[in-house]
Amino acid sequence: MLYEQFKVRAEGVSAEVYRYATKIEALDYLIRFLRKEGLAETPEASALWAEGSFLDGMERNQLAAIAGLKFDVTRESAATARFGISQMEWALADTGSLAQNSTAIAQRLVSSLSTIHIALVPTSGILPDMPTLLAKVHPRDCAYLAMITGPSRTADIERVLTIGVHGPERLIIIFVDEWGGNN
Amino acid sequence: MGTEFKESIAKAVNNANLTGALGKFSEAYKVNRAKAYEGIDFEALRGRIADLKGYAAAHLDELSDLFQKNAEAAGATVFRASDPAKVREYILKVARDNGVTSVIKSKSMATEEIHLNQYLEKAGIEVGETDLGEWIIQLAGQTPSHMVMPAIHMTKEEVSDLFSKEVNERLTSDIPRLVKVAREKLRPTFLAADMGISGGNIAVAETGSIVLMTNEGNARLVTSLPKIHIALVGIEKLIEKYADVATILKALPRSATAQLLTSYVSIITGPTPNSDGSMKAMHIILMDNRRSEMAADPKFKQALQCIRCASCLNVCPIFRLVGGHVFGKVYTGGIGTILTAWFDELKKSEDIQGLCIQCGACTDVCPGKIDIPELIMEIRRRLVQDQGLPLLQKAIYAVVNNRSLFHGMLRAAFVAGKPFTSGKFVRHLPLFLADLTDGRSLPAIAAEPFRDRFKKINQPRLKEKAAFYAGCLIDFAYPEMGEALVRILNKGGIEVIFPEDQTCCGAPARYNGAYEVAASNAVDNIKALLREEVTYVVSACPTCTVALDHEFISTFESLGQTEWLPQAKILAAKTVDLSTLVKKLVDEGRLTLKEGQQLGTITYHDSCHLKRTLKVFEQPRELLQKAGYELSEMFECDTCCGMGGSYSMKLPEISAPILQRKLHNIKQTGAKTVAMDCPGCVMQIRGGFDQDGASIAVRHTVELLAEQVE
Ligand code: SF4
Ligand code: SF4
Repeated sequence: MLYEQFKVRAEGVSAEVYRYATKIEALDYLIRFLRKEGLAETPEASALWAEGSFLDGMERNQLAAIAGLKFDVTRESAATARFGISQMEWALADTGSLAQNSTAIAQRLVSSLSTIHIALVPTSGILPDMPTLLAKVHPRDCAYLAMITGPSRTADIERVLTIGVHGPERLIIIFVDEWGGNN
Repeated sequence: MGTEFKESIAKAVNNANLTGALGKFSEAYKVNRAKAYEGIDFEALRGRIADLKGYAAAHLDELSDLFQKNAEAAGATVFRASDPAKVREYILKVARDNGVTSVIKSKSMATEEIHLNQYLEKAGIEVGETDLGEWIIQLAGQTPSHMVMPAIHMTKEEVSDLFSKEVNERLTSDIPRLVKVAREKLRPTFLAADMGISGGNIAVAETGSIVLMTNEGNARLVTSLPKIHIALVGIEKLIEKYADVATILKALPRSATAQLLTSYVSIITGPTPNSDGSMKAMHIILMDNRRSEMAADPKFKQALQCIRCASCLNVCPIFRLVGGHVFGKVYTGGIGTILTAWFDELKKSEDIQGLCIQCGACTDVCPGKIDIPELIMEIRRRLVQDQGLPLLQKAIYAVVNNRSLFHGMLRAAFVAGKPFTSGKFVRHLPLFLADLTDGRSLPAIAAEPFRDRFKKINQPRLKEKAAFYAGCLIDFAYPEMGEALVRILNKGGIEVIFPEDQTCCGAPARYNGAYEVAASNAVDNIKALLREEVTYVVSACPTCTVALDHEFISTFESLGQTEWLPQAKILAAKTVDLSTLVKKLVDEGRLTLKEGQQLGTITYHDSCHLKRTLKVFEQPRELLQKAGYELSEMFECDTCCGMGGSYSMKLPEISAPILQRKLHNIKQTGAKTVAMDCPGCVMQIRGGFDQDGASIAVRHTVELLAEQVE
């Protein structure tokens, strides 16, 4: 129910929404997607992955061996990378938004400087709305609470909606049902 | 009004890019806004916002203290200042202390309010606006024309010229390409900047958090990339509770851009780590600049409930014609007029306050529940109090205030106007009414005013009585409307009395800030209308009805006069508009309309005061349909016709295009008759069609109904 509502709302603001049962399937899709979109070793075609619990228990060596996939997030690498991969803890069904404790700067760099932002989200993190989120996440435990709804957009030239100004021009959302761990 | 100001208006209304863009936007906005609010109880939502913002406005000191305590506990440095000069100095000091040479900014009205960019640039610091619209404006060396869409007045060709110069490459006007150019051009600026300056959409006292919203993502970069972040926040952005952030965010994006939520929302509480592991320096400046004074003003404190959504601009018939530049440099539109009068100075609002036609469209959509037209009237009143009335107006009100002289002059105008009258219209009017005939014809002064004709009407003796308040227009220009009213009420079992001593309702004086004149009109009318015992005081002019029903009271209250307040309240309780009374008589079975009539198609124009102040819009429609008319609604049926009393005389260059738009919308329906409940609107629209040449009958509801009573 919440998932369906989320999907409709998020697609309504040009996000692309996918859902997989397991982390392995999600990862499989992710890698295929990156390759299809031109993942390569050069900085401009690389993908930057900001650390998160999704990676727990994954074969890190295998991932690191994929050409163009990197885990060392710096201002410079993030500013050139084509893809940014991060994990968003929550989703808001009524507005199609994602939310994250973005206190760690790497999370913000990959999601705000890349051209394509790919967000991994536990399906169990879908909440009905913002009041529920705010009741759950208090600023005392979260210095930077970020909400993202669709890709970066502007209508500043002749009121024509245009995607990808300062932030990503595409937002790919991948839900994972069996996340494991605390989520 | 100064000539310079008049020139800026002329320039704006003749700028086809501007009026075209604003016009199209405002039309799309209304539809999209309604869609964004689907399933939401807007009245309940704005009630909550008004409450929580109203509470904050009443506790500014307390919430500022609490905010400071909590933000500092989270590691931010909080600076509080009232004077804009102190704020500028503080920011420069932080910059100097840290060797800052370049600053990036995300959109902030507060920084514009204190002219920060110019100040920092003078001090040798580079300032880069990063909001696309603001950047365009900065490159063009202009000022924003809209609070949310600063560059709405510019075409893509103009933007491509600007960008071409910037990147030294001939660009086409392809918008996605232009946006990409901006992205590429601004990226290095972001990465190189030493300091980021943002505003704050909300400041939460109980947690010390600030909330930032953008669609472009620039605020995220401004708050993440440089090692220093300064947030400049006006203290009216304070709210008490963290949970209330969700309440404001439910309305703000919906009202601003008809979005469910902006692309990016950040809630920041204290500094966060930089990418090299060091901690960011975060400064939050709480700026007062007369906001506390505003909060202490019983009338103006409600203006602090504003959440800066700009929806009041988007629905304003004047704003969509002239845009923001006419209003000045920072805050624009109706609310901008109010903020300018306070944050800048009262005198600065002298010209722009006159732009408001008092239609109330803004108040209908304001999520902060602010009565914008009422506050603009209060500015007018205070300006007049400070500076007195212009001489010509003084002369006019001296006449209006003396009933027998005024009425004598109107009668004389009939004689004087005679040589100029052709048929039912005056082509040229003598004296101070001369400008009135621009773009529309005026009604001829009736040979015999209603007050004389009334004596000749043979009424049955009936038990229930109503006093008829005619108002100047029905009395002296459209007496036939008064006769129609008497006919209908008699059929419904009510005898009409016409108190001879009634005079001008005072609206013209009040709308020009001459409250003393309005108050004296009010006293004369109260005495006249309450002399005889009646069940109702009925009027067929919404402006007069509003005067009797609301404004006598508020005029006395504004002036602190209490003597006539109780009687004003008794009068208000008896006051009713024509359509509401007739509807009541029909519902009670006391009055019947002819059955089975097929009278053809009509369209109905909602008069501003009737629709928005008196909330009457169904009654006339139901009655007209019951009488046998088929209703075909026009586009923007409740948008002002541009009359606005003496507005059309003072600002014909604005009034005329608004009227043209109305005439167009009426014609589009194909109806041969347009009905309305206001003689002022009849005068404006009938006059417009007379010059336009279209054969569309413009009738007051009272006349149409009088033809159909059994
Ligand atoms: S009352 Fe009408 S004219 Fe005045 S600011 Fe509001 S919308 Fe504009
Ligand atoms: S006055 Fe009301 S409608 Fe206008 S910007 Fe403020 S909150 Fe929005």
